[in-house]
Amino acid sequence: MIDVMMSEINTPEAMNSAKYPRKFTLLKKILFIVLFYGIIQLLIFLNVINAYYQVTLAMICINIILAVSLNLITGFTGQFSLGHAGFMSIGAYTCALITLNMDTPFSFIIGLIAGAILAAIVGLLIGIPTLRLKGDYLAIATLGLAQIIEIIIRNLDFTGGPRGLANIPQYANWTWLFLFTVITVVIISNFINSSHGRACISVREDEIAAEAVGINTTKYKVLAFIIGAFFAGIAGALYASYFYYIKPDLFGFLKSIDILVIVVLGGMGSISGSILAAILLVIISTYLQSFAEFRMIIYSVILVLIMIFKPQGLMGSSEFSLNRFIQETRKNLQKLGQKLHKVR
Amino acid sequence: MAQFLQQLINGLSLGSIYALIALGYTMVYGIIKLINFAHGDIYMIGAYIGYACIRHFKLGFIPSLLISMVACSLLGFAIEKIAYKPLRNSTRIAALITAIGVSLFLEYSTMAIVGATVKTYPEVVKTVTFTPIEGVVINIQQIFIFSVTIILMVILQFIVHKTRIGKAMRAVSADKDAAQLMGINVDSTISFTFAIGSALAGAAGILVGIYYNSINPLMGILPGLRAFIAAVFGGIGIIPGALIGGLTIGIIETVVSGYASSLYKDAVAFAILILILLIKPSGLLGKNTREKV
Repeated sequence: MIDVMMSEINTPEAMNSAKYPRKFTLLKKILFIVLFYGIIQLLIFLNVINAYYQVTLAMICINIILAVSLNLITGFTGQFSLGHAGFMSIGAYTCALITLNMDTPFSFIIGLIAGAILAAIVGLLIGIPTLRLKGDYLAIATLGLAQIIEIIIRNLDFTGGPRGLANIPQYANWTWLFLFTVITVVIISNFINSSHGRACISVREDEIAAEAVGINTTKYKVLAFIIGAFFAGIAGALYASYFYYIKPDLFGFLKSIDILVIVVLGGMGSISGSILAAILLVIISTYLQSFAEFRMIIYSVILVLIMIFKPQGLMGSSEFSLNRFIQETRKNLQKLGQKLHKVR
Repeated sequence: MAQFLQQLINGLSLGSIYALIALGYTMVYGIIKLINFAHGDIYMIGAYIGYACIRHFKLGFIPSLLISMVACSLLGFAIEKIAYKPLRNSTRIAALITAIGVSLFLEYSTMAIVGATVKTYPEVVKTVTFTPIEGVVINIQQIFIFSVTIILMVILQFIVHKTRIGKAMRAVSADKDAAQLMGINVDSTISFTFAIGSALAGAAGILVGIYYNSINPLMGILPGLRAFIAAVFGGIGIIPGALIGGLTIGIIETVVSGYASSLYKDAVAFAILILILLIKPSGLLGKNTREKV
């Protein structure tokens, strides 16, 4: 019943595909992604992209995974979470401990998957009680839980306490980072376009109305939370493995805020917006590194200004579509041509 | 027993500081439904202004306290006008992110101006200790903190319940649109609320300075969060609730760090918050509101 209703809703995508015929097919998309990967890999191989820019690249990939997964919780399902870094830390520590203590070629993959699953389990345990709360209260509860996770990690022995873990074997590289970024984006965008994802969006739009048409709102909220936590765990594992050093401070309140800022800047409910904002913010903070003292001041001013002048974010809740982009550019060029013709 | 009494006294003085900060949170939340993350940083600025007054201008405790309160209320007023007012009609999350942005701005600009190092507070109140019972020590700072908090609370209660502007504040927090229809200037009432809340935070800042003797630009984050927990604990938007919440959180914190490990005191504060939110989200003194469709 609900599925039928869902399919009849005119989604923006459906309207887009009617208006803009699909020139950019799946095959071309895959080709584009592979080509992009290949070019970057070649540039790394030729040392055009040196070690410094490779770190920037890695931060972009990790932030994309984090932002897209938080966007599922906050942007699409409308559940305000301030504790995403907590899930990231679980993934990071699990992967680090497994790769440090296990000496097989597969230890990275095992660690990564174990980290993601553990983060998802914690997400489930945290989600069931706290998702009864709404709005600000949920935000504060998730913030509190992330702090508790941080304090526990800080006080355990095998996690290295406040000093953290060093010399984690570095398995992650551009290939792994890119692979998992693509997997995250594909899975989450497909989830959103499925009937489950539509149910999540309906929870965001109006929880009471969603309940009235028979959607189990608790189930979908928890589901979004688990999926978000799972990918945050993956991001954490990649972080630990790429930067080979982790400590509890890295996954504190400020990290959660960082991720939330990417989501809000990109536009809540826009995956392409999150990707764009992640790239933009990493580049900005890389450039601001030379003004270390003023970095955070400039960053906070940008934050406030964006919220005042463009509170819906860069993309709002719409997606960037290459089909539309190509067609509109073509149209605009044609118009420009006609104008030039007239002028002549 | 003596040890427990000692913890209780320490907890009461710490809790009074939390209560002063929590009042600002609770009033602002009550009136515009915004968690003002920058509030903890106003408290930090209050501590620095007090430091400047005592160290560089050689003022006494009471003048420094008053200057710090006035300066913080102006700061709160300015923040509201510049950052929050343009967002009055936008989403809650946009306002919250702005609050976080303002908080980061205050922290890091203070850091750029005065440096990131810890400053030692000058001794403005001569340390005198009393021993009412064997093994229990009360020092004069603790008495100062507790009495200043009580005096400010009484003044606040008077303002909120007996004056015209207090009546306007209560009206705006009950129903903003209806208040506007009754001819209340909503904008100036909100500004006034920010100013009062910030003044209390400024007072808390200077009190914590004389109590702990050290201040730094990031000192506002954790007490800010704990004060918010205190406000939620007592029932957000309710003024006596903030006092009860603040004192409770202060006492629990000192008892936990006295008997168990001080490393876990934050975890305990947050655990209390989550329990309160799950059992009685409206707080200790809050009333349940029914969800309307």
